[in-house]
This record gives sequence, C-alpha cells and structure tokens, in this order.
Amino acid sequence: MTHFIDRRLNPKDKSLGNRQRFLKRARAQIKEVVSRSIKDRNVTDVASGETISIPTKGIGEPRLRNSRTGGRRERVFTGNREFQTGDRIAKPPQGGEGGASKEGSNEGQGEDEFQFALTRDEFLELFFEDLELPDLIKTSLKEIQAYKWRRAGFTAAGVPCNINVPRTMRNSLGRRLALNRPRTYQVEALEAEIEALEAKDHLTTFEHSHLDELKEQLARMERKRKAVPYLDPVDIRYSHFQPRPEPNTNAVMFCLMDVSGSMGEREKDLAKRFFMLLHLFLQRRYDRIEVVFIRHTHEAQEVDEETFFYSRETGGTVVSTALVEMLKVVRERYPTQDWNIYAAQASDGENYRGDSEKCIELLNQELMPLCQYYAYIEILDERETELFQDSDSGAALWRSYRTVGEAWPNFAMKRIAKPGDIYPVFRELFAKQEQSK
Amino acid sequence: MTTKTRAARKPKTNYLFEDSDWNFDTMHRTYDAIQDVALNDLGLDIYPNQIEIISSEQMLDAYASHGMPLMYRHWAFGKRFVREEQMYRKGYTGLAYEIVINSNPCISYNMEENTMAIQTLVMAHAAFGHNHFFKNNYLFQQWTDADGILDYLDFAKTYVTKCEERHGYDAVEEILDSAHALMDQGVFRYRRRPKLNLREQLRRERERQEYEDRTFNDLWRTLPKCGPEGKETKTDEELAQRKQRLKLPEENLLYFIEKNSPVLEPWQREILRIVRNISQYFYPQKQTKVMNEGCATFVHHYIANELNVRGQLSEGALLEILHSHSNVIYQPPFDHPHYSGLNPYALGFAMMQDIKRICTEPTDEDREWFPEIAGCDDWRKVLKDAWANYRDESFIRQFLSPRLIREFKLFVLGDDTEDTHYTVGGIHDERGYQRVRESLARSYDIGLIEPDVQVVDVDLKGDRMLKLRHNIRDGVPLARRNRDEVMRHVRHLWGYDVLLTGADSESGEKRYELSTADKKEKD
Repeated sequence: MTHFIDRRLNPKDKSLGNRQRFLKRARAQIKEVVSRSIKDRNVTDVASGETISIPTKGIGEPRLRNSRTGGRRERVFTGNREFQTGDRIAKPPQGGEGGASKEGSNEGQGEDEFQFALTRDEFLELFFEDLELPDLIKTSLKEIQAYKWRRAGFTAAGVPCNINVPRTMRNSLGRRLALNRPRTYQVEALEAEIEALEAKDHLTTFEHSHLDELKEQLARMERKRKAVPYLDPVDIRYSHFQPRPEPNTNAVMFCLMDVSGSMGEREKDLAKRFFMLLHLFLQRRYDRIEVVFIRHTHEAQEVDEETFFYSRETGGTVVSTALVEMLKVVRERYPTQDWNIYAAQASDGENYRGDSEKCIELLNQELMPLCQYYAYIEILDERETELFQDSDSGAALWRSYRTVGEAWPNFAMKRIAKPGDIYPVFRELFAKQEQSK
Repeated sequence: MTTKTRAARKPKTNYLFEDSDWNFDTMHRTYDAIQDVALNDLGLDIYPNQIEIISSEQMLDAYASHGMPLMYRHWAFGKRFVREEQMYRKGYTGLAYEIVINSNPCISYNMEENTMAIQTLVMAHAAFGHNHFFKNNYLFQQWTDADGILDYLDFAKTYVTKCEERHGYDAVEEILDSAHALMDQGVFRYRRRPKLNLREQLRRERERQEYEDRTFNDLWRTLPKCGPEGKETKTDEELAQRKQRLKLPEENLLYFIEKNSPVLEPWQREILRIVRNISQYFYPQKQTKVMNEGCATFVHHYIANELNVRGQLSEGALLEILHSHSNVIYQPPFDHPHYSGLNPYALGFAMMQDIKRICTEPTDEDREWFPEIAGCDDWRKVLKDAWANYRDESFIRQFLSPRLIREFKLFVLGDDTEDTHYTVGGIHDERGYQRVRESLARSYDIGLIEPDVQVVDVDLKGDRMLKLRHNIRDGVPLARRNRDEVMRHVRHLWGYDVLLTGADSESGEKRYELSTADKKEKD
C-alpha cells in the first residue's frame, strides 16, 4: 500500500541549526569580510544582505584521496573522432604539474574561496556585533518608572473578565468530591431503575418496598445536590495582575547635519553615510527609538528622513541654530523624565565667526545636562588629515568643542576623512563600554 | 470509483490526467497505473512506497544532509546547504526532481514544482526503479539494513544532541570533524560481516550504557596507570601474536580506532560508530551509480512508453517526459566544454537498453560476445538478474557490448607522469574492445579509486604509535594537503603519534614516511 504525504507545510528550516554551526565556525573570517565590505559600499546596499566569499581555511573537510597527478593511470573518454590506438598526444605545456594547484581539492570543490549568501539579518548581526548605545538607562531616571502589568498568581476577588476558568473548575471539582455531591449519572441510574419498576404492572411486596426505598434515596440525592451546588462562589478564582516597574528605555536620537555651501558633495556624502549607518544600527537594536533629523545652514529645520539624506540646500553656516532647534524639539516633545536623549552631529568644522562661543554656551548650559550622549563628527578634507592629526589643532568649532569634551564625560568627538574611516569611528563611538562611568 | 466518475464526465479519453497541474487524486490514479506496469509487466519486486511532496526549500535541506530525512547536526551540512542555496538562487543549478532513500518503506521526495508529467516520470523512476534496485541488489542486501536505517538515524541524531548537551558543542564537533575525515576509511570492504541489524545495535548500545552506569566506580580512576615499559627486543613471534590479537592489518581505520584507541571516552567511541555505520550504509551506493541510475532510467522510460501504448498517457505528456529524459541522459563528447566524465545515467540507460536489444534482436557479434543471453528473448529476467547480482565494475566487465563502445566512441588514454605524452591505449575497434571494457570497469572499481590505507601495527604496551600503511597502486600518491590534515585528525583520535608509510603495492618498496611526531617538531 502506498502513501502520499504532503510535507510542504512542515517546517522548512531544518538546516538552520547546521547553518548556524557553520557561521559560527567561519565567524572570524566572515566578520573580517563583512567589515571590509562597508568601506567602499553604499550603506543602503550593505543593508540588503550580502554575498560574501571567505577563504576555505578552517572550513575544509579533509579526506584521504588519491592525487590527481602522478603515477600511471588510465582513463576512458567518449566521443573519439581521430585517435587511433598507439597515438601519442602531447601533454599541455604545464605538464604533470598543471593540476598541482588543484591538488587537495575535496570532491572537486577545492576552490580557495568559498562563496555563499548571508541573509540581511545575519549580515547586520555580524556588522553591529558588540555595539550598544551607551548608558541606555538614564541614571537619574531609574526611580521614575513606567509600569507593566505582570501575572501574579490568583485571587479570590476580582472583576468577572479575569475569572480563571481552569482554577475555578478545579476548586469546584475538589469541593464536590469532598462534600460527596451525587453525580448526575448516579441520579440518572436511580431514576431509570425507578422507572423500570413503575412500568411493571404487578409488583411484589419486596419490589414495593424496594421502590419506596429507591424513591427516598432519590429524594435524598436531590436534596444533597441542592445543598452542594455545582459551582459555588467560593470556588471562583481570578487571575491576578500586579504592576511591575519597568526601567525607562524610551530613547530619541537627534541627528544634526550641516548642509551649507561649505560642505562639499564629498563631505555631505561622508556625513550621510555615517548617519545612515547610525540609523540602521538604531533601527536594528531598539524597537522603541525615535529619530529626529535636523539639518542646518544659517537656519535650522527639522526634516524627515528622506529630505535629510537626499535633498540639497545652500546657505551660510550657523551651527548654533541647529542646537537651538534641537532644544526646542526636546522641550516640546521629549520631556527628559520620559526620554533618554542622544545626539550626533556632523559638520566640516566651519562656523560663522563668534557663533562657536554661543554653541559652547548652549551645550554647557542647556543641552549637555539633558543628553545621555553627544557625539560630534568632523568631516575632514583628505589633505587635511595630516595637518589635523593632533587633536589640539583644528577648525574653530573643533577647538571650541574640545572644551565641552573636557567638561562632560558623555561628549565624544571624532574625525572622518575617507569612507574607510566611518566604520572604525562608528565602532569606537558605540563599542560596548564597561568603564563608561 | 473516482476513475469512473471522471470517465463519465469525459467519456472520450481514458488518460490518467490531462492538466499539467497535479493533485493527490491524479497522483494516486497514476501511481496505480504505473504500479500495474511495474509489477505485472516488468515483474519488479519493491518495498512499499511512501511518497512525500516537498517544497524547494525542503529539497535544499535534504540535499545538505546526504538526502536523509534525519541527520545529526554538524557544520559541514550547513556549509553544503549555504553553497547549494547560493547556486540555486543564482540559477546555476536546478534542483533534482526527486530524492529517494533506501529504506523500508522506501521514501521518495517529489518536488511540488513538478508538473504532473514529471511526477509520473519521478514516480516510475524513484518509487519503482530505484526501489527495486535497493531491494534486490546484493550489495544493498548485504551491507545495508533498510528496515532499521530510519530508526538508527533517529537514534544517531538524539545521541549526538545529547552529547552536545553533556559535553559541549566544541567537543562533539571536534570528534565529528575527525571522524568525518576518516569516513571513507570507515567501511569494511572485503570482509563479509554478520548481517547487521541496526535495531539490535541500538538495543546493545543502551545496554552497554546502562551497564557502565551501573558499574561505575570512581576509585578505578585513582589506580596508578601502568607506565610504558615495553621490552627492547621483540621477537618476530611476539609481533605476530600481537597482530593476531588485534586482527591486523585492518582496513577499517574508524573501526580499529573505535575499538582500540587509548584515549577516547565511551561517548566518543559511540560517535565514531555512528559515523562508521552511516558511511557503511552509503558504501553500496557509491559502487552502483551507473547500475542504479541505469535501472531507474530504464524503468521510467519503459513505463512511460507502455502507459502511452495503453492509451493512458497523452502524447503531450509523453513528449514532456521524453524531453527531460533525454536531458538527463545527454552525454557530451570529451572535448565539449560541458564534459565532466561519463554520465552514469547515459551509460547505465544505454547498457540496459542494449541488453534488452541483445536478448530480442541479437547480431552475430552479440552471439559471439554474449552467448548465454543473445536471442534468449526473456530480457526481463536477464535484466533483473543483472540488477541483483552485479555492481558497476562487474556489470561493465560483463555486459558492455562492442556495439555500445562504438556508439559512445570510447577510447582509453594512458597517462604516465614520467612520460611527456599521453598514449591512446585502445579505441572502439576490434582490437580495442576488450581493453576499453577492462579499463572502464577498473575505473568504477571503488577499491582502486580510493586509496588503500590500513593499520598494520601498534604496540599498545609500548610507545603506542599507530602505524599505518598506504599501499601505493600504480605509483599514484595521496593528495598532499589533505593527507597531512587527515593525519592530524587520526592523531587526535588515537591520542598518540601516528606513522604513515607509503609503499609500492607490487614491489613493497618504501616510498615515503610521515610521522605526526616530526611534524610537531617542525611547527
């Protein structure tokens, strides 16, 4: 007898465990390739997952095999056209060593590189491994609590919608057993017996007395059933819920970017890449994080993601406008008792003369007390990198911000000159810090 | 009953199906029709069939683990999976229409994407062709246990998982890596061993484990170990005795290590046994590729045509079947860019057809070469006899006809490293037939394809160095890098140094020597 079985609805990912084992095995090599891949690639491309090839080192499966070269051997081929027995055919120029590089191949797959595709999730997982938003939980806010209802056993009092049926029925059953409440089938059996006796035309005296006895028994049962109800109010149990305090993990990230004329295409591109990476990272790590995009020239405005990354603007440069705008948004929408506030700012370091002092003041007085973390990225010309290797020197804004950095431990500043710098700097900024406090 | 109602609706034809989409109704009906041809006409003898419909993702899953429905977890299967997936997604390779497993009941997987015509082909091919071969071929009968394999795999999977829980992923992975490296050397090739019963083995393993748990006494651990104090001079007699005791030489390296390794824990030995058993299970398949595929291809070809003759299969469906049939048996010539050796489907199918032809319409040449079967007319019996009693090597040696050699235009090319030229050793002519046949048969002899490495000696009371011997056939060396890595794995399993000596199989002259002890000093 034959069976047809439809397996199409069975779980698909039978190989998932093996796949994970494989990724773990090749982890070091894969990671290297992944971090290399960000350097020259657009961030949006990266996010779509990746075909990577890694060296076969460490994932080879050696077997004892005969070498493909050396010794005397015979092979049979098909499709002979002109050969005759005894013909001699010159070996290809490399001669016997031709296949030497292929030696050690395993089932004919001895390539030096092993190619396969990572899913988007696997890729990002590796990409952002070990990164964390610093100080996610606001120290000052730890007592200020959001509540979450959690199950906490059962109570005898409550609202009807919380009745816990299994528990209630258990109590009911226990009580009925303990108080010996007659079962329905017992009553029914008795009734049937009585009916059978009554149906008879003639009853013996014994049967008469038996019938009376039964009737009395039935009456007793009925009484008892009334006295011991099926479901009594004392049986009823309610699921109990208790509010459990939850630490506040609402977070908002402000992205500030200078889009003025002094930022060339290259600078803007670098800044955008940094923010995209940041955006990707935030999206992935935190489900409840909001991002606010603020761009500025000589005036600042809050824009949506699309405009922030893709539209153009010209004008002068007044950095403090962006800080003012940010402050305004914080005051309006993100009260500090409910939100953890993070900010990242990118600029080429140019600023309207005299404005830098205003920025320092704004930061020191207003913003830094509100922020969990503030990162400043300065985009440099590649030629300037050597000039500004020393962190003392720099454009006006850089020098001013240094004083802020000294005063506030949660202020960080870094420089980026080429696409390759972005990822390392990014990692540095968000690497899991144990000694942060 | 269903056929009746359907016939009533469509009185004109009695085709099994007319749409290209399949459903379980048509599948059942077609299966029954195929079965009728297979059992009553061809007289096949099969395990009960279990046909499972799977999606392409599930097919990829099955690919990764040797096509088995159950397998223990290991990263190498994951590696295979990601590679296959990549190839498939990029469109380099299509997936197989089916996978069939040598088990009782015989499980075959059919892809849901197949059209009904292809499902017909696949059922005839796998559920009858392969199935018959699995059940009747002597190699499978002798070496595999179709009844117990699924239970055993289930046991293997849970056992390995349990070991992972108990001893950690890494420890299990290490032992599996090493065991896999010796998988090809983990089979009994020549020795006839008792009919194995995997269920019985399972029970024995449980008993062993229980006994050990029961008799466990931590005190034994504290006994002083006997130090190596081997006597300096060993007489030949003692040596011979020692070898006798260990039943040396031993070709099954995994078996020997499992039984004698001084360092392995019981669970590690059990894992070696699992790998060994699985390797042994696949051993017959390696030796019967041409025959197995030839048999299945012949069966589906015959059945499809027969169904058409009986008016149950439309011309269109037959054409679709023949189209993929001829794709499968395509054999490019040696200088074609797609050439990758002889296609086992092509060779196998051609040989089966040829045998049928020899039986029914023999030429004088056939009468001379195959006096027993030429013109005997009962090709069914001849074929079934061949399917039951041969493996690729002996089958070719026995049944490759001159006519086929001409058809395939086969020729032999000799390659000697010391020579600057390849030499054509024989072609498809009167003088060359024997030579070609002989050479082709040898190229399917697994004993000649795989290197011959054996355990020859070990002094368990002395330095415990495991001495392996590689019998070099025709001067063909081992692939270098692999060899060294495998030796490290052997060292890991054995726990002491390993010495591999390569010697010419004919003259016995020593060619090279490799010891893991030297290796360490160098590193």
